Amino acid sequence: MSNNMKTVAVLGAVSAAVAASAVPAFADGEQEKCFGVSLAGQNDCAAGPGTTCAGTSTVDYQGNAWKLVPAGTCETMEVTDAEGMMMKGSLEALDTNLPAS
Amino acid sequence: MTRAETLPRTGDVTVTQTAFRKALLDPQQAVPDGLTNPDGQQVSKRFSVYRNNVVHGLSEAMLTGFPVLAKLVGDEFFREMAKVYLRIHPPTSPLMMHYGAALPGFLESFPGTLHLKYLPDVARLELTLRRAYHAGDAAPVNPDDLTKLDHHALMATRLQMSPASEVLITKWPAKAIWDFNMKGGPQPKGGGETILISRIGFDPVAELLPDGGARFVNSLIKGCSFGTALGLATADTPDFDLTATLGVLIATHSIIGIDKPD
Repeated sequence: MSNNMKTVAVLGAVSAAVAASAVPAFADGEQEKCFGVSLAGQNDCAAGPGTTCAGTSTVDYQGNAWKLVPAGTCETMEVTDAEGMMMKGSLEALDTNLPAS
Repeated sequence: MTRAETLPRTGDVTVTQTAFRKALLDPQQAVPDGLTNPDGQQVSKRFSVYRNNVVHGLSEAMLTGFPVLAKLVGDEFFREMAKVYLRIHPPTSPLMMHYGAALPGFLESFPGTLHLKYLPDVARLELTLRRAYHAGDAAPVNPDDLTKLDHHALMATRLQMSPASEVLITKWPAKAIWDFNMKGGPQPKGGGETILISRIGFDPVAELLPDGGARFVNSLIKGCSFGTALGLATADTPDFDLTATLGVLIATHSIIGIDKPD
């Protein structure tokens, strides 16, 4: 296709996109907005850890936390970046990146 | 109660915002001078409870806002990481729904996540989905209206994009990772993605755009005419797939207005 798409090509592309999208209209009517329950704006002050003083004790910033290792689904990932660099998940924290303690 | 009665009744030191804020985010710091209990004594436990609630509330907000990241690194790790993050990046706005915006950059240099190079892209996707969720409401156009324009009118037309619509270009397959963790999608493979984030009704959606799609959609978002956006996209990507790109825009309810030229 040249840099100047032909008239027919453009109109055809638009028609094709519209035709392909001709699915039943989305049933938006079933949704109703519920104000005040936004995703991350929760004010977590209910009974539970938030009302104790558990976390007030000294937090050893990087000291203890970074002996923790990401223990989620990381290790199941096998992805590559845009340059094709392979990245395999690892449960091993890299020693080289640990802060001096 | 008059204002005078709310001020400390004993002692001649009144806590400053700076001292209060500093002590709030650092449990090593002593309770700031000038905070008193109802009996007039210097507070101790009350401030600790408050300090803990701030840290707990912010880390839980982060955990809720980044469900896939939390899944990738595990809740325990995520909470500990959030405690470090929130002390470096305390909220700059009372709008908690947008808290965590600096997390992608943080993940790039944080010792515990340094080796998981795809995490920042996943964080960007989750942030963009959140922005889409909170963006203004808009009704999509009827796609048939696009076919009613002749070539000249179409080229001069400006397509209005939904306030929720945003293009995200990633180095890593962030959407594939998101789908894998949230929708049971296939094992993530491949490299970077061009992702259109928008909202259908009240639900944020993310769809992949073909090559040149970012240029086309970003030009429309900036207010370029259809013809200009198409010209820019085909200049970058000679085989730009207009049909596929428009298909994604229509399917994600991204087009909310067709401004025909006068």
